[in-house]
Amino acid sequence: MSETSRAAEPPSRRAAKPDWLDWVRARPRVRTFIGAGLPVGFVTVLLLLPYLFLFAHSFFRLTNGRLTHELTLENYRRLFGTPLYPNTILFSAGIAARVTIVALLLAYPLAYLLAFKVKRHRDLMYMAVIIPLWVSYLVRAYAWKIILGQEGILNGFLQWAHLIDQPVAFLLYSKWAVIIALIHIYTPFTLMPIYAVLEAIPPALKEASQDLYASRWQTFRHVVLPLSLPGVVAGCTFSFVLSMGDFIAPGLLGGNDSALMVSNLVVSLFGVAFNWPLGAAVSVVMLVLTFTLLWLANKIETAMNYTGSTAKVQAAAAAAVGTAGPAK
Amino acid sequence: MPPILQLRHLTKRFDAFTAVDDLSLDIAAGEFLTFLGASGSGKTTTLRMIAGFERPTSGEILMEGTSITPLPPFKRDINTVFQSYALFPHMSVRDNVGYGLRMRGVPKAEIGKRVEEALQMVQLGHLGERAPRQLSGGQQQRVALARALVNRPRVLLLDEPLGALDLKLRKEMQLELKQLNKRLGITFIYVTHDQEEALTMSDRIALMRNGKIEQLSGPREMYEEPVSRYVADFIGETNLLETTVARRFGDSAARLTIAGRDFEASATPSWVEGKPAWLAVRPEHVRPASADGPGCLPVTVVDAVFTGVITRVHTSIDGGGHLVLHWPAQQPAPEAGATLMVTWPTERGRCVGD
Repeated sequence: MSETSRAAEPPSRRAAKPDWLDWVRARPRVRTFIGAGLPVGFVTVLLLLPYLFLFAHSFFRLTNGRLTHELTLENYRRLFGTPLYPNTILFSAGIAARVTIVALLLAYPLAYLLAFKVKRHRDLMYMAVIIPLWVSYLVRAYAWKIILGQEGILNGFLQWAHLIDQPVAFLLYSKWAVIIALIHIYTPFTLMPIYAVLEAIPPALKEASQDLYASRWQTFRHVVLPLSLPGVVAGCTFSFVLSMGDFIAPGLLGGNDSALMVSNLVVSLFGVAFNWPLGAAVSVVMLVLTFTLLWLANKIETAMNYTGSTAKVQAAAAAAVGTAGPAK
Repeated sequence: MPPILQLRHLTKRFDAFTAVDDLSLDIAAGEFLTFLGASGSGKTTTLRMIAGFERPTSGEILMEGTSITPLPPFKRDINTVFQSYALFPHMSVRDNVGYGLRMRGVPKAEIGKRVEEALQMVQLGHLGERAPRQLSGGQQQRVALARALVNRPRVLLLDEPLGALDLKLRKEMQLELKQLNKRLGITFIYVTHDQEEALTMSDRIALMRNGKIEQLSGPREMYEEPVSRYVADFIGETNLLETTVARRFGDSAARLTIAGRDFEASATPSWVEGKPAWLAVRPEHVRPASADGPGCLPVTVVDAVFTGVITRVHTSIDGGGHLVLHWPAQQPAPEAGATLMVTWPTERGRCVGD
């Protein structure tokens, strides 16, 4: 074989490398399949399959404490038939709603200050908000135990200030302790998306508003607030969904009230009562609720972006043409 | 007629940097005034102080004799067209245009009527329900214009509003803006770094340099009688010939030595004897001389570039330096390497300082 013909014929150099690698390189489809297949496989095995097992379990029957693979709707009937379960879900939602509202009231002004008013050391201040997230969740929950307990910092302070004579007990081991801890833990989650959207608002928009006779309050009301709503929705979804599903804070700080949080109920159904089918049914209901909430949040977000009615008409027309097209 | 706006000793410092330096200027009602300058010359900062987005470090802004210096932007009868257009993305075109009227509490029926009029004026009547991002750059620019003009402000500020448009659209909008200014009688204060744009539209141009006004004059005067090398260089195409000796004589004339030859030229009042002097002469005023004589300069042709209307002939001066002249395109241009004697009318040569 001459030099020239070898250059024109790369397969002759193949011997140095494994055959299959060249084979893969030459086939874009196979490459895509491998590239996309790994993450898809990961999600399937570690997320979708467990969900599927959970879903399947919620239709199995428990007879004399033993799981039988006999399909039944009994678990759901019991779930909705016993007041305990719907009440627990509502109670958890109530806790989550309070956490969400307070976290929003704390996070929004802080995000606003960070995005618009803090000129120096802004990154540093933002880090100060984020850094608690690096501390273990358990440590933060325990910290509240130290603060709120009978021998705790808060009681000590109140006694020192002569506001109380005896340590008060209601601070710890109540739903209030849970709410306070959850607010502390999830406020950064609320703040981050709000800060992100506020920071992305071009300064010229605020200037344009003020140039068009809008006072500072009107500018906030008509320009900044509407443009920041997607972040508010995202932040509230975070704190609501995460605090509704939380079971560590209620377990550590909730005392008797902790039994009223839905995730703790699921934990005891799986772990203590060994009633996996009922636990699975509660989980499935929670999952459906959560997805409904996420879908709703997404809807609200799209509804608040003005896309133009002409665009809607055009999109509808395009869709009509699109569906009519293949039919011809 | 008294001036509508007076800038008095305006100064703006950002830390150690002085963006605007003791600037004073009267602006007449209905005038089209352009702040022209390179980036960092202070033109945009001046505009932002007039709009109320920046507080002057010192100095005053008067509107019809009354100080508006401490007023926030929303209390000034001035509107702005922003470089980025700054249209509200969450509102329709119609709501964008009506924003200022709503904020001032104008009755709904009147808002509707005036918004329609404003949209008609910029030929966008049919796009009122669109969202800003569904419009082209040129259309967005018109919405920004309508949103400002619908309020019938006394003064309209325009911050490089045509910067993002393509050349053809820009030329169209330049004429349109000029016509709007004359038709509506609103004072336009325009900021640009494009000297051609400034020459096309303005009644007066304030050429800014290092936070100060280098020259304030009409476009023609600025082109024909630049007060400094900087202005001559910034406006249009110009030859700046270095001089070795320069002396004033009379009120407004100077004698200069270029490449060992003596020339006479008109002298700008701001140039003082003893300071470096340049002879500024526009390429269109330089022509070939039939024979050597006073006011003639020998040059060697380097290159001749055909541009359509004229042929641009690049030459090197025998004693050092460059000179460009415009050659009528119909006539055969000299070849590279040819030697040439060139001259220009004495009054077209201008002796300027830095």
